[in-house]
Amino acid sequence: MIRVLELFRSFNGVPVLQGVNLEVPTGKITVVIGKSGAGKSVLLKHVAGLLRPDQGQILINGTDLTRARGRELQLIKKRFGVVFQGSALFDSLTVLENVAFPLREKTRLPEREILKRSRECLAQVNLPPEAEDKYPDEISGGMKKRVALARALVQEPEILLFDEPVTGLDPPMMNTVFHLIIKTHRENGYTGLVVSHDIPAVFQIADYVAMLHQGRIVAFGTPAEIQRNPDPVVQGFLRGAIDFGET
Amino acid sequence: MTSLLRAFGRFFLALTRETGRATLFLFEALGQAFLPPYRFRRVLAEVYQIGCRSLLIIFLTAAFTGMVLALQGYYTLRKFGADSALGSAVALSLIRELGPVLAALMVSGRAGSAITAEIGIMRISEQLDAMDTMAVNPLQYVIMPKLLAGVISVPLLTAIFDVLGILGGFVVGVLLLGVSSGSFFAGMTQSVVSMDINGGIVKSLVFGLTIMLVACYNGYFTERGAEGVGQATTRTVVVSAVLVLAWDYVLTSFFM
Repeated sequence: MIRVLELFRSFNGVPVLQGVNLEVPTGKITVVIGKSGAGKSVLLKHVAGLLRPDQGQILINGTDLTRARGRELQLIKKRFGVVFQGSALFDSLTVLENVAFPLREKTRLPEREILKRSRECLAQVNLPPEAEDKYPDEISGGMKKRVALARALVQEPEILLFDEPVTGLDPPMMNTVFHLIIKTHRENGYTGLVVSHDIPAVFQIADYVAMLHQGRIVAFGTPAEIQRNPDPVVQGFLRGAIDFGET
Repeated sequence: MTSLLRAFGRFFLALTRETGRATLFLFEALGQAFLPPYRFRRVLAEVYQIGCRSLLIIFLTAAFTGMVLALQGYYTLRKFGADSALGSAVALSLIRELGPVLAALMVSGRAGSAITAEIGIMRISEQLDAMDTMAVNPLQYVIMPKLLAGVISVPLLTAIFDVLGILGGFVVGVLLLGVSSGSFFAGMTQSVVSMDINGGIVKSLVFGLTIMLVACYNGYFTERGAEGVGQATTRTVVVSAVLVLAWDYVLTSFFM
């Protein structure tokens, strides 16, 4: 389970996270929603270990990520996979080399096994074999997302983090990516934390939804519970109201 | 007056902060060279990118520098009847000063800016973050090989520069202007001592590390998207050129 406890973080004196408390249930997909600039990606980067909070804790199965250093931190990170908003594929590596990268760097598997697992992950995300020798600038945005997902899955992570997985994609490709998240979640059983503002489309993958507003989680529940939540802030966001909940 | 003092104060505080951050960056990156996995292949790949791919610009710059040195030197020395010292003048100028400095400036312009752009784009496209989340240290995978490759490549390029420059000087001085080849080489071997060569090597080592540190640092801490990458590459060329010249003065005064 991922537990975020009283997380505070400011940038240049501007508070972004102001006491975030969140429990991400094990084996479920939790989607964090909120308006642009609410701090969703900042929260995700803290959970991924890329940022350190000013105050607070992030517990990964009881281990405090914010205090981990060196080898302990490396071991925690090995349990994560992250799919970044822009896919973050390595430009100088082919599709297959991108997916094989974590295995080549962090395991002692023979090359044959590495390539086999990488190809299996690419097949799992429905990427054709012809694409494996292409470079990231030779494939479409949707294909990049799928390669990024395959790269995140190849180490069989317990936790998968998604930063705006469908932003910038057309509706058919959006549905393809959501379908792949559902499929891989069913097949791999990871705990998913997804950050997105693409509502209500993102609800189709969510077991739970948390809403981030003014630096705090203001609502948490199943998609149905969130949609029935009487809080005007929540309803305002869901309806797409302008300047909702500003004080 | 107060606002001017405040501006100076802010400038020097920012300079101190950046210098401190760059120094910590350097030690943290170089320290990765002693931790497994030892990335020999990546260092070799970077030596190819930084060293081998700079050979053409080094060839051209060295040849023309040597030729111009010989041309200028000949007519100046002839006034004093000392044109037989042309070989000595060309060799000493190249080995002590022009070789290390010009080779470093060429590497800074060609490889330094490319490295900043490469790392800067990796930063803004979150590739470095992606590496970090896979428990692969970006300082060890990306930065350290470039730092080591710079320290290996620049002295080698400097040596090539010196040789080609002297050859250029020979072509102009001996073949075109008629200086005796015997006096050209005799002057060179009599006047060039080990201190000159050692000084040139030390300079090139320092210049190589400086250029790579500036290039990697500016790329690693790039912000604000494409505009930031452009600003970072310009900053790399300017700052590394200024630092090379500053180090040149410091090291020259040390060796003299």
